Amino acid sequence: VNINDTFDMRAGEMHIEVHKFRAGAIFIAAALAVVLQAFLPVYFPKLGILDLPLLITIYFGLSRRNPSTGLLLGCLIGVAQDALSGPTVPVGLFGIAKTIVGYFASSIGARLDTEHPAARFALTVVFFGVHQGIVVLTQRLLLSQPERWFTVHLGIAALINAVVAVFLFVLLDRLRKPS
Amino acid sequence: MAGIPSRHRSLFLLGGVVLLQVLLLAVQIKRDSQGRLIRVWTVGAVSPFERAGAHGIGGIRNAWNHYFALQNTSRDNEQLKRENDTLKLQITQLQAKAAEADRLAVLLKFHQTNVDVPMVGARVIGGSADSASQTIYLDRGERDGIKRNMGVITPDGVVGKVIESYKDTSQVLLLTDKDSGVGAMLADSGIQKPVGGTGESMLVMKYVPNEDDVAAGQRVVTSGMDRIFPRDLPVGTIVDIKAGSTFKQIRVRPAANLEQLQEVFVLLTLKPLDMKHDSADPAPRGAPPNGPSASATNPAASEKP
Repeated sequence: VNINDTFDMRAGEMHIEVHKFRAGAIFIAAALAVVLQAFLPVYFPKLGILDLPLLITIYFGLSRRNPSTGLLLGCLIGVAQDALSGPTVPVGLFGIAKTIVGYFASSIGARLDTEHPAARFALTVVFFGVHQGIVVLTQRLLLSQPERWFTVHLGIAALINAVVAVFLFVLLDRLRKPS
Repeated sequence: MAGIPSRHRSLFLLGGVVLLQVLLLAVQIKRDSQGRLIRVWTVGAVSPFERAGAHGIGGIRNAWNHYFALQNTSRDNEQLKRENDTLKLQITQLQAKAAEADRLAVLLKFHQTNVDVPMVGARVIGGSADSASQTIYLDRGERDGIKRNMGVITPDGVVGKVIESYKDTSQVLLLTDKDSGVGAMLADSGIQKPVGGTGESMLVMKYVPNEDDVAAGQRVVTSGMDRIFPRDLPVGTIVDIKAGSTFKQIRVRPAANLEQLQEVFVLLTLKPLDMKHDSADPAPRGAPPNGPSASATNPAASEKP
């Protein structure tokens, strides 16, 4: 499947448009998100609360609306994030979570209108929670690390990421080709 | 993916990608005690099949060996039976040799204890031809220094005396023969009276007055008065006492197992001896001193061996 292909999907009577992006936009945005995620917290520790690779995964999943490309994109971004995360994070930890998030984001994007900021905010909160849940589940089952399922810090992080997502997604909308 | 419906392709792809990453994780994760997680999983997944396979193959092999491949069993069985018979025979022989070794060890110890006493070991090679007399034949004779009237003993006690000596054999009159006798005394009280045979397995102690204090269980030893046996050799144990008209009727069980003699010692001297014993028996009360002068005071002992 060519990741820049454009096609329409009809879900019942609702017509949902599949967006097309400029050449290399998805790759550059994903790479930039992974690099910034590894780079920014070094100089601005408070920015470590952001999960830019997750936001990129959610955005392109919702926009592309193809589960296969969504999960593959999530997989690549997650594995790249794992690779840059250091020895305590085995490759695959965030990869699994972002693969699943990419799949569900694409699936939901194919059924709902996700262009509205409120929808984007809500979906980002939900997917942040799903992402965190999968990461903790993986840590508990495979790594024998008894991480807590939910903390206030994670709740705040979900809200902050959702707010950032609303503005970031507007910026990313500009990478779309005009229909 | 060609055979999978298009609406499920992404789901299968999701499963495949996630599984791939889980495996990737498993390759990296190392459990402290069990090695890498992928190894733990692999072993856990494979071992049930290996166990089932081993069980199945073992069952098939067992069934084959025990129910089908029996063409050599009969021959093996016969061979094993033969080997079993041979081994049983060997065991019997070894047991006999072990028993003989035990007996010889006792004899050797006895001989070493009384190294100053001239004696020669002899093997019993025959018995009396009739039941009226209690005699045995030894494989030693005049060539070995054996002469008539020499005493014959075992470490257990008195056996009898030599009544005939040939070149290489000799005949021994057992203590149980009705014509046999030995100068004896009670080990506890020192009462000296002859003990003789009756032609049966038991001996009798003669000429003990009814008023003498004698009890069952008392030990009877040689008195040395017969000038054949040294003093203090075990003769037997009193088992039965009955009052008679003048004398008690005392039955004595022989100390030596006269019915199963195999090896004996022949005392190679007719002079009085002083034997040493492992068990230091106290000197009998009232016992006369050893020697020819003492034997002269006991006419009963000098009459018969």
